[in-house]
Amino acid sequence: MELVRLATTGSVDDGKSTLIGRLLHDTKQIFVDQMEAIEEASRQRGTDYVDLALLTDGLRAEREQGITIDVAYRYFSTPKRSFILADTPGHIQYTRNMVTGASTADVALILVDVRNGVIEQTRRHSFIASLIEVPHLVVCVNKMDLVDWSQDAYDEVVAEFRDFATRLNISDLRFVPVSALTGDNVVDHSANMAWYHGPSVLELLEEIHISSDRNLIDVRFPVQYVIRPHTMEHQDYRGYAGQVASGVLKEGDEIVVLPSGYETTIASIDTFDGPVAEAVPPMSVVIRLADDLDVSRGDMIARPNNQPHNGQDLDVMVCWMSDDRSLRVGNKLAIKHTSNWARVVVKECNYRLDINSLHRVEDVDELTLNEIGRFQLRSTRPLLFDEYRRNRATGSFILVDEATNDTVGAGMILGRSQ
Amino acid sequence: MSPRYKLSQVDALEAESIHIMREAVAESERPVLLFSGGKDSAVVLHLARKAFHPARVPFPVMHIDTGHNFPEVIDFRDRQVDRLGAELIVVSVQDAIDQGRVVEERGRNASRNRLQIEPLVSAIEEHGFDVVFGGARRDEEKARAKERVFSFRDEFSQWDPKAQRPELWDLYNSRIRRGEHVRVFPISNWTESDIWGYIGAQEIELPSIYFAHRRRVFTRDGMLMAESDHIAMTGDEDVEERTVRFRTVGDMPVTGAFESTATTVAEILEEISATRITERGASRADDRMAEAAMEDRKREGYF
Repeated sequence: MELVRLATTGSVDDGKSTLIGRLLHDTKQIFVDQMEAIEEASRQRGTDYVDLALLTDGLRAEREQGITIDVAYRYFSTPKRSFILADTPGHIQYTRNMVTGASTADVALILVDVRNGVIEQTRRHSFIASLIEVPHLVVCVNKMDLVDWSQDAYDEVVAEFRDFATRLNISDLRFVPVSALTGDNVVDHSANMAWYHGPSVLELLEEIHISSDRNLIDVRFPVQYVIRPHTMEHQDYRGYAGQVASGVLKEGDEIVVLPSGYETTIASIDTFDGPVAEAVPPMSVVIRLADDLDVSRGDMIARPNNQPHNGQDLDVMVCWMSDDRSLRVGNKLAIKHTSNWARVVVKECNYRLDINSLHRVEDVDELTLNEIGRFQLRSTRPLLFDEYRRNRATGSFILVDEATNDTVGAGMILGRSQ
Repeated sequence: MSPRYKLSQVDALEAESIHIMREAVAESERPVLLFSGGKDSAVVLHLARKAFHPARVPFPVMHIDTGHNFPEVIDFRDRQVDRLGAELIVVSVQDAIDQGRVVEERGRNASRNRLQIEPLVSAIEEHGFDVVFGGARRDEEKARAKERVFSFRDEFSQWDPKAQRPELWDLYNSRIRRGEHVRVFPISNWTESDIWGYIGAQEIELPSIYFAHRRRVFTRDGMLMAESDHIAMTGDEDVEERTVRFRTVGDMPVTGAFESTATTVAEILEEISATRITERGASRADDRMAEAAMEDRKREGYF
């Protein structure tokens, strides 16, 4: 069984909670005691229907205010696949939460009310999914029951979305006409829309091919931890632990250790269950090298003929996440990139992206909460990186405020600064 | 693509958990693992062995002993720690009561659950732990569904759910100031059936009370409670012997059993896939108290 990570976002009205509730309910993930608890809570609040949002709203403040504050993770599975769903609220801290949820997602689910078509919120959702390079986007054209299951109404929304999506970078775009409320095309096929011959939402989620989304070409192995047992049995053991970021590593492969540049070969790829012939992402393994080199956390193993960039000047897109401070030219921040911490200084602010119109707003000198913009950064020491579009693991970073230690920004590397 | 490049869901979860543990250890000076003796902490301990193999697990194991534990769980704890060659730190709630640092609850539903918080927080301070591994899962409970993998605690060990650090990709922020620490939950993304599937596949040993056995029990609030010195019974509660097992491991007075004949992991998995009640709803009196019971305890420093 394969693990698939989903991200979904939206506000109270678009039927997102109902859709998630449906997926959980119809795949039999909601337990009797959970259902009783939300029925009771709905009654206490005086709502007419069972509010499935109460399933995910876990914090006291959320229940009191009837809002969703934070990313909630939900789990469901079918005989074919197991799903982790990052459910993010649409109203407050919108961008910050969606970027967080999307950062690990294989598939983004976007709901569109068939009566409203592509609205500002749809544009924002889709744009962020495209910016974070979520490989698959599933647009659920919802509330089909309210337009008499009309194919024309559906086709119109699909055409409108496709037209808008040409401006985005979406590699796989799918549409499903649904009614989350009645369950049509969520799990089971709709009897009301005989004109639709495609899969239901759940069938689509079960079918989408995700294992080929991984980068199996560029070998990148950030060293996380050096294992030296110091026991009688393993006196000379020296292994480099980490998670394969991309590429396929094999025993005997010629590799280069960066930044030192020393070349050697892989002596073995070890795990607790014994050595393996090869390692692929996202396996966590221990690599032993044929030569005794000085390798430490933060170094990277790559192939001699396929190396990441090694430099201090980064051209990046940043999503700002702090309510306390803004991002400005001259700011110094801590950066975490792969298994490395360094510091960066902000050299230049190029533009801010208006996430509604997708226009570039130039002549800005700062980025505030939930804004996205392009910057030039210089790091205190060289980083080993790739373009984010080629490699999520070696192209992403977080920015941390050195005074508060808060995570204040998320970044994607576009390339070297020119 | 070659099927050999595909990872199963449990392999993917295991790889993620190992990455989290290595990251936390690499970035901390004094990590510790909280071990309850339950199935989740047994899985975390197993993952720790795998993450640092062939080296020993590079941190001590800490148990908060309420004095109301199942004896089978204490036996299990000692065997596990012995086998690892790890250092065991036992923090005694009884000592805290005897020293007047906490006050025993009274009444029919008295439990030592909340009393664990003070001794736990004091032990973290006393030992200067900066990373504390725990076996909490997000599917267990809805306050936990919102908690980060690296969950920051201030100098009072408090959790502030509204001021959590955003957690993106697999880039974890473990930076803290002196006196603060990070609770790290490597199996955040595992579900109850993932845990059982893994226990079966990896042949992980568990305390015997998870499997069906004969036990003297009585019914209270719809749950079967084990007869013990730690729970006061009322006159109308009758003890009888039944074949039961436990779905979670907590203190004897708050952990309910249920009738089951499952004696193997495979049988337990079958049982779970048919059950319609969550594990905490089914077996934990402490979580039935209030809708926000877990959130309130967590804010004060609970795990």
